This record gives sequence, C-alpha cells and structure tokens, in this order.
Amino acid sequence: MNRDRSLVQIALYAAIIAALGLLPKFNIPLAGGVPITAQTLGLMLAGIMLGPVRGALSVLLFLFVVALGAPLLAGGRGGLGVFAGPTVGFLVGFPVAAFVTGWLMQQLRQNQLFIAALIASVCGGIIVLYLFGVPGMALMTSLTFGAAAKAILVFIPGDLIKALIAALLARAISRAKPGSVPSHPAG
Amino acid sequence: MISLYLEQQSWLHRLPTSAKLIALALSSVALLTVASPWIMLAALLGAILIYLSLAPQGWRHLSAARPLIPFLLAILVIHYFTDTLVEGCVSLGRLLTLFLIANLVTLTTRMNDMINTLQPCFKPLQLFGIQPRSLALAIALMIRFAPVLAKVLESLDEAWRARGGGKQKWRLLVPLIIQGITLSEHVADALAARGGSAGLNKRI
Repeated sequence: MNRDRSLVQIALYAAIIAALGLLPKFNIPLAGGVPITAQTLGLMLAGIMLGPVRGALSVLLFLFVVALGAPLLAGGRGGLGVFAGPTVGFLVGFPVAAFVTGWLMQQLRQNQLFIAALIASVCGGIIVLYLFGVPGMALMTSLTFGAAAKAILVFIPGDLIKALIAALLARAISRAKPGSVPSHPAG
Repeated sequence: MISLYLEQQSWLHRLPTSAKLIALALSSVALLTVASPWIMLAALLGAILIYLSLAPQGWRHLSAARPLIPFLLAILVIHYFTDTLVEGCVSLGRLLTLFLIANLVTLTTRMNDMINTLQPCFKPLQLFGIQPRSLALAIALMIRFAPVLAKVLESLDEAWRARGGGKQKWRLLVPLIIQGITLSEHVADALAARGGSAGLNKRI
C-alpha cells in the first residue's frame, strides 16, 4: 500500500507545481519586470519534500500532462509547442533539477532542515537547471553559449529568492506537520 | 477537462494521432537543419496556411505564439549584435515554425487519444515496476488535484486580504501545502480502503 501512497504524493506535488503556475498573483515582482514564475519553486519543493526519485517522478508527471495539452505552465501555456520553444532546455532540466535537489537533501541530512533545503535548492534548482537551460537556449536560438548565458542572467536573483522561500516553506511545514518532509530526519 | 484542444472538425482532426506525431517529429528534425532564410520563410508560411485551413477562424489560433514574441525579439537583437541579421531571422523563423506545428498537434488531438497512442511507449516502464495503470491513475489524480489546490489558494488569499493582507504572499503556500498533504493522505487512505490502485477497475 506504500506504493499507492507514493503515487498519490507524486500526483500531489505535480499538482502543486501546476497550481503555482495557475496563479499570476504569485509572480514575484523583482528583477526589473522580468516575469518570474513560481513554478521552479514547485520543483525545488518536490525535490526537498519527496526526495530524489519521487521528486523527479512528480516533475516528469507534470511535464507529461503539459505535453498532453493541459495549459498548466505559467501563463496558461502547454501542449507540444512549449517543447519546441527556446526554454525547452529548462523543461528538460526540470526533472534532473528535482532529482539533484532531493539527492542533496539526503546527503545533507546531518544539517539543519533549513540549511539543507537552501543548499539543495540552490544547487539543484538553480545550478543544475541552468546547466540544461542555457545550452538548450543556445541550441534552439543558434546563439553562442555566452550570449545565451548573458540573456538569462536576469533570472538568477529571482531564483535565489525562490530557493530561500523553498527552504523557509520546508521548515514551516515540517514544524506545522511533523513527518511531512520524509527526506529529512527533522522533517 | 482543462485542455488546449480545439472542439471542432477539420482534416487535421481526422488524421490518426500517430501520423500527426510522426509528421511532427520528422518536420522538427528537418527544420533544425534548414539554414536558408527563404526555405525557412516558406516553412513558416506553410505552417500558417495549415492554421488557415483548419476552420473559418483558424488564424485566431496563431495567437498561441504571442507569449513567445518578447523572447523572439530579444533573440533577434542579440543575433544582430553578435553575428548577422539573416542568422537572426532564420533562427526566429525556426522557433516560430517549430512552435506553430507542435501546437497544431495539441489543438487537433484529444488528450485521451494522445494517452492511448502513447500507451505502447509505457510498456518498457513495467521493467521498472511501474504499471501503465498506475500512470493513468497518477495523471487522473494530478488533473483533479490541480483545480482543487487552485481553489484552496484562492480562498486562502481572500481570507488573507480580509485580514488586511500584506506583501509576503508566499506565506500562503504553507497552509496550501499542508492542506494538500492532508488531502493526499485522505485520498491514499481511500485508495487503500478500496484495495489499492491494483484493485481499481481497468477504466479510469
């Protein structure tokens, strides 16, 4: 029966990622008008809360349902078209980012939950994600690697804030509902 | 069900899903190799013509590409400064064409048809112990959870504003996720009480 519980949790975090994108109100107003969606916050959370395998699976489930035609990406986008866009590298990096975030959470279990979650989200949800996103953008737009990297740097400050929020959320949730962060002993 | 599917009839709706997906894959690969601006323009016009042939108001659906525009302009500008404008136009045309043809498949294919067509691709997952049926259940659960969570977030937001609100709206995510976890526990219990996902009827 544990399997089914995992399945429901995977579906839940996939839906949380979707809900974060459904609400334009949650766009964080920063970085000079660059639209920052909360969706990458969702993938950090999936990794932090569920650990590497289930976290990555829930992100894969989300992407799969988007590819099927559900308009669940921020701004009501969806369908196969988004996988042909300049940001496809980020979409490919989503599950890997969630995996690395979850894996780091497990490696850092000796540390405090907040610190572990912060380091895991910065490394997994930002560094790993951009390792996929920037080459993907360079490939799709035939820009040089450097030009693509420069064009995308504006998103970094917002992403750092999201990593901080993800860590704060993990701590608050584990306090309010012990046992809800299974990837960490304190959770 | 929330979907970008276009509820009507056209020649593209009648084509089998597998044919559309294979055609999309082949034309995407072909487009990535095109370097001539004229061939790219022809491809773009071809894609637009297909939209026009869809329905009396097929051109309306071209607006799906609108969120791409700021991105495309930025790419054009960067190309202009790093190499040539022609290069920029080719890569802009490629992105736009790729997006438009991929979106055509989404517009003209029902979500269920897409899942059914992709079903054979899930067979290898059984090697890892993932049953195709669990996947179908996960999709159904997620599609149901998403609007419920959006609704919960909306009412949390209303309550927050009624109490005076504030700037740090991300704090609402704490009760949202806790309510989500509670909800998922109830669903998991209900599933277990019915014999688990293995005991469910085949048609979900």
